[in-house]
Amino acid sequence: MAISDSTREQMAELAARYPRPRSALMPMLHLVQSLEGEVTAEGIAACADAVGVSAAEATAVASFYTMYKRRPVGEHHIGVCINTMCGLLGGDAVYEAVSDRLGVGHNEATPDGKFWLERIECQAACTHAPVMTVDWEYVDDVTPVSAVEVVDRLERGERVLSTRGPAVRGFRATEHTLAYPDDGLAGEGTLVDAKMLAGLAVARERGMSAPGVPAAGQEG
Amino acid sequence: MPLTPVITEHWDDPELYTLAGYQRYGGYRALASALKQEPDALIGQVKDSGLRGRGGAGFPTGLKWSFVPQNDGKPHYLVVNADESEPGACKDIPIMLANPHALVEGVIITAYAIRAKEAFIYIRGEVPAAIRRVANAVREATEAGFIGRDVLGSGFDVNVVVHAGAGAYICGEETALLDSLEGFRGQPRLKPPFPAVAGLYAAPTVINNVETICNIPYIIDRGVDWFRQFGTEKSPGFKVFAVSGHVNRPGIYEAPLGITMRELLDYAGGMRNGGEVKFWLPGGSSVPMLTAEHLDVPMTYEEMAAAGTMLGTGTPMIFDTTVSVVKAVTRWLEFYKHESCGKCTPCREGTYWITGTLEKFEHGHGTAAEVDTLVELCGQIMGRSFCALGDAAATPYPAALKYFRDEFVAATTTPADEQFDPVASYVFAEAVAR
Repeated sequence: MAISDSTREQMAELAARYPRPRSALMPMLHLVQSLEGEVTAEGIAACADAVGVSAAEATAVASFYTMYKRRPVGEHHIGVCINTMCGLLGGDAVYEAVSDRLGVGHNEATPDGKFWLERIECQAACTHAPVMTVDWEYVDDVTPVSAVEVVDRLERGERVLSTRGPAVRGFRATEHTLAYPDDGLAGEGTLVDAKMLAGLAVARERGMSAPGVPAAGQEG
Repeated sequence: MPLTPVITEHWDDPELYTLAGYQRYGGYRALASALKQEPDALIGQVKDSGLRGRGGAGFPTGLKWSFVPQNDGKPHYLVVNADESEPGACKDIPIMLANPHALVEGVIITAYAIRAKEAFIYIRGEVPAAIRRVANAVREATEAGFIGRDVLGSGFDVNVVVHAGAGAYICGEETALLDSLEGFRGQPRLKPPFPAVAGLYAAPTVINNVETICNIPYIIDRGVDWFRQFGTEKSPGFKVFAVSGHVNRPGIYEAPLGITMRELLDYAGGMRNGGEVKFWLPGGSSVPMLTAEHLDVPMTYEEMAAAGTMLGTGTPMIFDTTVSVVKAVTRWLEFYKHESCGKCTPCREGTYWITGTLEKFEHGHGTAAEVDTLVELCGQIMGRSFCALGDAAATPYPAALKYFRDEFVAATTTPADEQFDPVASYVFAEAVAR
């Protein structure tokens, strides 16, 4: 796919965010990935051009970061955390089940272009282990059965809600958010769940509070 | 010791993430007060508070700020390290999901204090939920006149950029983060010069962790004396602890520094199935593990160091006796091997060799002699790599061997999965195909 003039304009916009244009290389790579579903040589060349470096230099950056994929990801990116906490608490079984269901392994796409599977590293959600991601949105506390159900629903084109985020929208839409973070979806979904409130619940139950903190509503 | 919700106090208000919600509880009051003070006075207050960095190293925050040369005619930068990727660490992301304006208010105050007109919040790319919430907060704060030109009529200008990473644990290392933010591969820089002198674009730069910055509005608003009521002389303040593993109620628990793991465990409902603690790590996979005998050690920077470990990120991971320590450690090393940036040889080659040897053990191979050789190998990496990732990779195995030598020796003949049925450590009861 050729990089359009409007994409080049967006790249210029991204470059203007920073004191030096090269800082925009990462958001630009997210942008081209949102358009192409992968980071192609053409996409890299356009980014390189926009920040004034050689294609080789931009390729060195693109190849360093694991989120930039050099093959088509397809419609949905599925991640299953297999780091120690998630893996040992059941993520290993979740990964096996999802891999069996999709018929692909780590960093492979299904032939129909629907899914990409990845064994992911720690997703900063160990309290919610085992964790899975769909298009990098959290699907917390999964089991092998619930994880496969998520895949089934995605395959049928049904709406899948992130457990701490909006309904999943596809890999490319998430990549667009990474280039343009204020995507209007901050209020979608329930982002603060029972586990994030666990300590607050205990504190309320046992009448504990921080010293000298004015009660809610008194100040303004 | 009681729980003391401060940063987490209003998380059950679903509107807290909005500007209006945050302002219901006094949000941006600290900013208004800060802008009426001299920047140096703010640095002084943060110094006096004794706040230490919550990202793992525990460096005194006010001191770090004071290293930035003033009136040097160069632009200054503030960079927030929101690249939370350490196995076990899961407190910055929840803070950004629930209370993003505390971060944004802290960023503006800190930028003013260190005389920076540009601030960057570098958030790992794998968590769009946090990225969009912080971006939303930045936009709301801009619309309200807290960010931009002449903030609240003070003459102070500030711009805040939310930057998404793209999957690299090493970018949590502050100089690698700077290279990444400049549009390069995220590889650490040689220090000195330290970022306070030559950081982003070779200009003076402060890099602080998310939770550290979130403390700032509370310290400025409520005062140093209030802050020092929490914690100890050397570890003042409160901490957002994230408790994970085989506990009945894993989650976020905010308490003063100095609380013990036994107390946190009680708040978290105890071990699941009434089980026993086999080993636990106070703050991420990079700190040495402890056992049940350490449950009463106060969780402060100094007491954790005295117990031979570190407070780290303050996000304890707790494992019960169903877990194979061989498997746990192997998995962490596979992570470090994957995340080594490849810049220096001890780390690049060392993580490869440690992981390879551990994988042999996990599958019932190797010799008892190799159990000791591997300690020596870790010793050859410790202190010899370019950045702390190599040290971190050389930590889990010797730490585990100290308490579980027999298990590693046994693993050279009996695979970990035969010593410990993996299914027993799963947190769901669902039948699993074997």
